Amino acid sequence: MGLLDKFKRKKIEGIDDSTYLTLREERRISRENTKTIKEYERIRNRKNVSEEEYLTQMRDPANVVEFDNLHTYFFTDVGTVKAVNGVSFDIPQGKIVGVVGESGCGKSVTSLSLMQLVQAPTGQITQGSIRYQDEDGKCYDVTKMPRDKMLRIRGKDIAMIFQEPMTSLNPVFKVGEQMDEVILLHEEDSTDDSARERSIEMLNLVGIADVKKVYNSYPHELSGGMRQRVMIAMALLCNPRLIIADEPTTALDVTIQAQILELLRDVKEKINGSIMFITHDLGVIAEMADYVVVMYAGRIIEQGTVREIFHEPKHPYTIGLMRSKPGGHVEGDRLYSIRGQVPNPINMPNHCYFYNRCDKAMDICKRHYPAMTQFNSDHRAACFLYSDEILPEEKEDKEDGEGR
Amino acid sequence: MAIEKMDLTTTNDDILVVNNLKKYYPLSKFTIKKDPVSVRAVDDISFTIKRGTTMGLVGESGCGKTTVGRTILRLHEVTDGQVIFDGKDLAKVPRRKLRKMRPQMQMIFQDPYSSLSPRLPVGEIIGEAVKEHNIVPKSKYRSYILKVMRDCGLQPQYYYRYPHEFSGGQRQRISIARAVALNPKFIICDEPLSALDVSIQSQIINLMKDLQEQHGYTYLFISHDLSVVEYISDTIGVMYLGSMMEMGDKKKVFANPMHPYSKALLSAVPVSDPDVKMNRIVLKGDIPSPINPPSGCKFRTRCPYAMPICAEKAPVFKEYEENHKVACHLYSQD
Repeated sequence: MGLLDKFKRKKIEGIDDSTYLTLREERRISRENTKTIKEYERIRNRKNVSEEEYLTQMRDPANVVEFDNLHTYFFTDVGTVKAVNGVSFDIPQGKIVGVVGESGCGKSVTSLSLMQLVQAPTGQITQGSIRYQDEDGKCYDVTKMPRDKMLRIRGKDIAMIFQEPMTSLNPVFKVGEQMDEVILLHEEDSTDDSARERSIEMLNLVGIADVKKVYNSYPHELSGGMRQRVMIAMALLCNPRLIIADEPTTALDVTIQAQILELLRDVKEKINGSIMFITHDLGVIAEMADYVVVMYAGRIIEQGTVREIFHEPKHPYTIGLMRSKPGGHVEGDRLYSIRGQVPNPINMPNHCYFYNRCDKAMDICKRHYPAMTQFNSDHRAACFLYSDEILPEEKEDKEDGEGR
Repeated sequence: MAIEKMDLTTTNDDILVVNNLKKYYPLSKFTIKKDPVSVRAVDDISFTIKRGTTMGLVGESGCGKTTVGRTILRLHEVTDGQVIFDGKDLAKVPRRKLRKMRPQMQMIFQDPYSSLSPRLPVGEIIGEAVKEHNIVPKSKYRSYILKVMRDCGLQPQYYYRYPHEFSGGQRQRISIARAVALNPKFIICDEPLSALDVSIQSQIINLMKDLQEQHGYTYLFISHDLSVVEYISDTIGVMYLGSMMEMGDKKKVFANPMHPYSKALLSAVPVSDPDVKMNRIVLKGDIPSPINPPSGCKFRTRCPYAMPICAEKAPVFKEYEENHKVACHLYSQD
């Protein structure tokens, strides 16, 4: 008994100890996690799943993808990380949807959930659905799809461009071989020659001058901008309906970034697809996106068209982000900064996550998580500042208090 | 010799004068050739920084801006040229004496995840060099470190914590505290913000500005983020392939960029307004190899205004306006 207590961390004055766990607690959490994860994995690994189980209906047939109340959790030994916690938004056909947020806000996990690429077994989609509509108008629920069926969509209909082009290309194969592989895998009647032709066509499309040379070179022989072009060409190989671009320009210089952004816009027109554009750079979003989704700590706090978000931001976090960018600043002014940090993803509070950092925090903000307030058909934000429900909720609270 | 001495005395107002700084990395170490093939990371750069001001150094990756910073501190040996810091030529100071001067010039690194030792608690990280250089008497050591931590926005209970317990922004505060603890005159900030989130970036910028106001530090701010550089700097230098293309007062460079490269660089910055459509100059191609840079003007291979003369002769770095120097043939003809 005494032995276990020794592992308990000594309490030090002034330090918030809630994040530290005793060994015993950690074991308990680990045991529970194993149980939950096993259950999820069992469902996912079933074979011969009938198609009816994952066929659904789109809410709006003009959308390619609809996220509906998506929850993706990571069951770690120190607690459950709710990386995506109830996210709903649509990606319309032929539009660019930008997802902005700080690191750790769940924007990448959202896109990985769509690809069924969340790091299993720790990461699991626990709730909600992601509906995807293919060319024939068939509609699938990606969260319920078995793995082998997903292979036909992933990389073909939905392609992804990653942040770091050096680590996402295989260093031991030539660029051309890696591209051909994609076609040979996804298109049944393709031959080596037709695949090669197609790869070269795509390399041409992304504006690479010396196509033959690039086709025959290894990733390390190319510059960062070139590699990102190759990644884009690779994503385009099978005429995808949706391209997920996860911070595609973060690792690049501004001049190269300008080239790549222009290329992405061109390419979108040419293939008539949609792009889900994930970034933390507001400037890039303003240039690229038609619709913007602002995420904070695993939830959407504001969404709308790009004009609405940039011209009339509603949520204090969005407003803060806009103001803390140094560009276009009045001389001598102190830069506005949002105080504090993102809350710990484990043990999230049940009040508004932004409460501690918000300038306009009110009493009610530390009691409830705000619901989405609709401003018009596209624009909505989760903040009590605009919520009409303040009064009835307040009343309920009081009644609750008296009842106890 | 006499001339050099005179130079040194006239630079009282300038904390740092860099004259024709060159840093070449030979490709093979053992060569008997007279002129070995080398990477010209920094090729003939001169600038001065006034006391208490901030100079911003911008450019694409691989243009040598980090090498400039490191060579000034003599973390790399100087190939040729002068680095006059506070009246002394750092390039000629022997190593032993250089150590004594180190506290006066400090550096903040880009990646706060790899620049802090994971095995030392925060107090040690900040205080190690303070002890080494005897900045404060032993009896006051702890209270001094705590004061520095408070100045940098770190709570005193963090003293015994380890770097892995902190987020990126807090870590960058620790590395700033480490630099500031030595009472430096001059701090080189090598992309201190690029690993941080937007909302944290502004906190760190404000912290750096506050510290500068309180203590009168001089910064050399190396970054590829032009909006940050515009906010924090007084003067700006634009580098390309190891050479300075344009340099001058911040307002002049941003309002009236003269060099085609600066123009392209400034126009490439995304604006956070969906209605503003920039007249963007998109540069073609990539930065050439610094081993074998283009003849004449180094930028000519990507320059939209390239002329025949650009290939023949390197343009002279000349002052065309007060406090505004450009190296380009476009302006040298008249």
